[in-house]
Amino acid sequence: MSCANIVNSMNDSNTNGSTTVEKVNASLKRRYARERRFRRMGLSAVMLGLAFVSLLFLSIIGNGYSAFQQTKVRLAISFDEQLLDPSGERNPKVLSSADYNGLIKNALRQAFPAVQSRQDKKELYRLISNGGSFRLREMVLDDPAIIGTTRDVWLSADDDIDMLVKGHIDRNLTEDDRRVKDSVIAWIDQLDQQGAVDLAFNAGFFTSGDSREPEQAGIGGAIMGSIYTLLVTLVLSFPIGVAAAIYLEEFAPQNRWTDLIEVNINNLAAVPSIVFGLLGLAVFINFFGLPRSAPLVGGLVLTLMTLPTIIIASRAALKSVPPSIREAALGIGASRMQMVFHHVMPLAMPGMLTGTIIGMAQALGESAPLLMIGMVAFIVDIPGGPLDPSTVLPVQIFLWADSPERAFVERTSAAIMVLLGFLIVMNLLAVILRKRFERRW
Amino acid sequence: MLTEITTLNQREAGAMGHSAILRDGANKVKPGAGEFAGTVGKITLADPRMSARNVDVFYGDKHAIQNVSLDIGKNEVISMIGPSGCGKSTFLRCFNRMNDTIDSCRVTGEITLDGQDIYDKSKDVVPLRAQVGMVFQKPNPFPKSIYDNIAYGPRIHGLAEGRDEMDEIVESSLRRAGLWKEVKDRLDQPGTGLSGGQQQRLCIARAIAVSPEVILMDEPCSALDPIATAIIEELIDELRENFTIAIVTHSMQQAARVSQRTAYFHLGRLIEVGNTDDIFTHPRHKLTEDYITGRFG
Ligand SMILES: Nc1ncnc2c1ncn2[C@@H]1O[C@H](COP(=O)(O)OP(=O)(O)OP(=O)(O)O)[C@@H](O)[C@H]1O
Ligand SMILES: [Mg+2]
Repeated sequence: MSCANIVNSMNDSNTNGSTTVEKVNASLKRRYARERRFRRMGLSAVMLGLAFVSLLFLSIIGNGYSAFQQTKVRLAISFDEQLLDPSGERNPKVLSSADYNGLIKNALRQAFPAVQSRQDKKELYRLISNGGSFRLREMVLDDPAIIGTTRDVWLSADDDIDMLVKGHIDRNLTEDDRRVKDSVIAWIDQLDQQGAVDLAFNAGFFTSGDSREPEQAGIGGAIMGSIYTLLVTLVLSFPIGVAAAIYLEEFAPQNRWTDLIEVNINNLAAVPSIVFGLLGLAVFINFFGLPRSAPLVGGLVLTLMTLPTIIIASRAALKSVPPSIREAALGIGASRMQMVFHHVMPLAMPGMLTGTIIGMAQALGESAPLLMIGMVAFIVDIPGGPLDPSTVLPVQIFLWADSPERAFVERTSAAIMVLLGFLIVMNLLAVILRKRFERRW
Repeated sequence: MLTEITTLNQREAGAMGHSAILRDGANKVKPGAGEFAGTVGKITLADPRMSARNVDVFYGDKHAIQNVSLDIGKNEVISMIGPSGCGKSTFLRCFNRMNDTIDSCRVTGEITLDGQDIYDKSKDVVPLRAQVGMVFQKPNPFPKSIYDNIAYGPRIHGLAEGRDEMDEIVESSLRRAGLWKEVKDRLDQPGTGLSGGQQQRLCIARAIAVSPEVILMDEPCSALDPIATAIIEELIDELRENFTIAIVTHSMQQAARVSQRTAYFHLGRLIEVGNTDDIFTHPRHKLTEDYITGRFG
């Protein structure tokens, strides 16, 4: 019957004078045109995406690259014995509590002898960051022999001077509209002509903690906080997530309970992250009495947040393993457990890892829930462990973006660059891990 | 209800075995109202290795196997033939409970191995499947090396002491499946990188590596050339000396060459079973005759 139909239709087409080949050729042009259109559309979508990404990167890098440099001023500091250690005993206690600011003030007065009025002197002293005194103390404590000598020392400039040198403060504005006075500009120009002003790599940005003074503020504390938080998150969420996914996908009976659990996991993935923060505050801090602002609590909260992502991705990865592999393993007498761990898991591993890294990347960029558990506090010290108070990169960015000083603008962008750098490294890691696991057979 | 029908079937089958009226070509069982009343031929054996009684299989609502009873004897090769989609694979998979892995699949009736019900609640499927091995219709090598494909079964069952013994098992399994010469230099390469026919032989080698006592083969030669087929058929002959084999095949020549008994399935029913020679020379059921003479479909 159906055979006859086909034969008939073939006859028809032949009697109409056009063979199959002719018909195909006739439609070919339209088909190719459609394909070309689709390709062009896809390409333009990709281009648009790339354009926006590069715009984002350009603006961030344009704003932030200058934060990796720091204006330094060279001063001839005379390590005056009268001021530092009048008794001459070189007692470390006396040395460490000496008036190093006085040394800087002396040096500045010497460099600009013309400055006389109290008001002007005050302005003059503000050229140098007050972190400079710590620098000098370190030098003296390292080598007390320099007391009594005069040395050229490069000291960090104040943030306003830094902005001026980097050109972020417009010299053409009237004095009242500008944060830096005409006299200060004159001093800096004078120093510059002597070659005593320089831009140097800002290593302190990566190593120091937060500070009220922009020129002393760094993301070292936030980086360590993020690392501890993510470690806690990874250590908890990967095994729990993968185990839950394997149980639900491979062992759990299909009934109303597992359906309920599945619905709830999907819902959990859609819960706004700040809700997890409230939960963490109520459960981990108020109920279990864990310390506030600690990466441990942050990690616990982010674990709750990333678990659904990891579980859903892992289940999808397990589902995509062809049933024939399971049959092959079971058919040879493997137990369910052996089937899962010897055959299904290795095949699902790349997908599971991808899900985990996506979850980790989310966690790395998350700030809202961490605000709720106190990781938004102003913390100067670099955390030494997951129980020390600390903050994390996105929260640090949030804090700096909120600060009025011009110098925090570039630091905000620089911190974003560092955060993006971490994300890129994590994604690279995901790709490499995936490749490794795929190469095992 | 079910048991009633079955007792009837068995009585009928037994009666037909002795009936002179139905033995010859002139008096075929005619299709019609009573077409599926029962199986023609002797389903029972005096001393069966495995036996199925009143087996029904459902995929959801689909009734894929309808009230089939059949014995598989010791040291015999039984072949199962029938048109595509008639339920041969489904029935074969009942014997090592592979249908358990399909969620929608439900099996009723009784299947025994050496007199023990394999669908009993207390029966463990792991030793059952080690005892009743299977070669699947679609080759499904593990995405691991050729060596590991073969070694996996012996390894999990603890069949080899040390590396040497394992090497030996791997080599002999591959040799018997006629694959050794082709792969002996690339044992560490993935089994999935082999050709279709090579994969099929790899799966046969993998199944025999654990020395199962009953082997279920679902079209093991569907992708093989005549030479490779001959090797597998030799293997089946050799295995029969100690083991029991059920083989599904679409090649009637193959069924005739390797099997002692043949069962013909049609639309989920077991139509006729008997000695292979008899089935192919004197089919007693009209459907069997149509099928083997190529008049089917
Ligand atoms: N997993 C499944 N879910 C639903 N129906 C199925 C499933 N597997 C098989 N069936 C149905 O059961 C019937 C028997 O299938 P089976 O695979 O046993 O046929 P077969 O005799 O082995 O055919 P072939 O010779 O083509 O391999 C078919 O109608 C098929 O559609
Ligand atoms: Mg089949």
